[in-house]
Amino acid sequence: MKLSGRKIYKGTVEGEAIVTKDGISFYGGVDPDTGKVVEVGHELEGQSITGKVLVFPTGKGSTVGSYTMYRMKKNNTAPVAIVNEQIDTIIAVGCIISEIPCVDKIDISNIKTGQKLVVNGAEGFVEVK
Amino acid sequence: MKLTIEEQDMLIGKYGKAAKKSMEILTTLGEIFDAENMVAITGVQIAGVSYANLGEAGLEYLSEMAEDGKVRVLTTLNPAGMDRENWEVLGIDKEFAKNQNRAIDAFATMGIITTCSCTPYLIGNTPHFGQHLAWAESSAVCYANSVIGARTNREGGPSALAAAITGKTPRYGYHLEENRHGEVLIEVKAQIKGTDQFGVLGKIIGDKLGELGKKIPYITGISSATVEELKSFCASVATYGGTALFHMETITPEYDKYPRPDKISFGITQDDLNKTRSELIDEDLEIDFVSIGCPHASIHEIAKIANLLKGKRVKKEFWITTARPTKRIADEAGYSKIIENAGAKFAADTCCVVAPIKGRFKGIMVDSAKACYYGRAKNKFKVKIGSIEKCIEEATK
Repeated sequence: MKLSGRKIYKGTVEGEAIVTKDGISFYGGVDPDTGKVVEVGHELEGQSITGKVLVFPTGKGSTVGSYTMYRMKKNNTAPVAIVNEQIDTIIAVGCIISEIPCVDKIDISNIKTGQKLVVNGAEGFVEVK
Repeated sequence: MKLTIEEQDMLIGKYGKAAKKSMEILTTLGEIFDAENMVAITGVQIAGVSYANLGEAGLEYLSEMAEDGKVRVLTTLNPAGMDRENWEVLGIDKEFAKNQNRAIDAFATMGIITTCSCTPYLIGNTPHFGQHLAWAESSAVCYANSVIGARTNREGGPSALAAAITGKTPRYGYHLEENRHGEVLIEVKAQIKGTDQFGVLGKIIGDKLGELGKKIPYITGISSATVEELKSFCASVATYGGTALFHMETITPEYDKYPRPDKISFGITQDDLNKTRSELIDEDLEIDFVSIGCPHASIHEIAKIANLLKGKRVKKEFWITTARPTKRIADEAGYSKIIENAGAKFAADTCCVVAPIKGRFKGIMVDSAKACYYGRAKNKFKVKIGSIEKCIEEATK
């Protein structure tokens, strides 16, 4: 199944999806050293997003979150790609400075945790394998 | 997005790595927000300066940008995590100081003026009406848009830096006339006076806008306001409501440029002010710290503090947070000596929001509603708001 969206940051990667209906704040909500979601009460609390294709509706919280994403990339704890319903400034800037492929305008209800995805950031689509 | 030849050349790397990365950020944001093109800017204010917020990763990013990045327009910095000269006296540890200076040096390498203040408009980064800017620092954004009538979106650290390096920002949001109209008519039915009371007013309006899901208030019923009162109001309404622009009848320059919203959304009475003020005073409060200067104190405020402290001794930790250029004026005018003789301390280049002082004090008294928010949320202090006079009474009693 091919889902067409909008390109945010280039790069094509394949990876396993981790999906949440909650917004994500990288600053304070994710531990950049372990790659785990630490926000209390978050659907993904305690789960690692490292090496996954992270699928969530939109970003939230402090603009410092962009730097947190960069730190995760340098620590090798970052997701391999990001898929959003509606991108926000923090996640967009985070993907660009960290060079994480990213696509938005995707109906994420079509994607389930554990599915294999190909994210094509240059052309702006996601393929569910 | 339509790009000029020069902008396209930046995007493919003809102007170096930092300009390429910067143009990537700006064109992506432009596409997301449907900007038609870029607009040339005249000034930038950068946030994300305190090492406590940047961390090693942020510093690494800045260092990479500083390898070949140079700013093209007047660019100043937000407060850092410490006073650059007086950090030891204020109890900042050596390791933090070293890292903070590395961050500031990276900014300086790019040609940024390292003033480290949230009030750039008081110290030389002073736009005029109608100019396009790319400012971060929510209180300064609100001041530039509303009080000066310049035009800026609320930028984050990396997007403001990208704008500084390219001299451009995507034309969307508050850069466009059609997005600057007042949306909510608010009638103030009480006398508002003093930085503390303007801060309380900012919290009422900010909280309410959040509930209504609206952005731009049009405020009537304020008869006069000083620069200091407006700076306090901007900080508060931006903190509690995310507000980047307001119009205040007969006071701000664009109030009669756009149609006034026709129906009053809500009024604010003396009772409302009293109630909200009481929300900014915690119970079981033991004050061991007093601070004035959120946003950074103006020379006028420092003169007032010196006058009130003359011949007295403070009995609690008392910080005046301000911009270093303002501190220099205070030194020359003799105010610093009076203030320091009374036992109070200057904390220039920094503030109580970004300095690493979490848990160091039990209770803080301030004249700023914004400082109350961050005192509670970030530093885990109990808080009390009061006028500058009351703050000094508390510090000296």
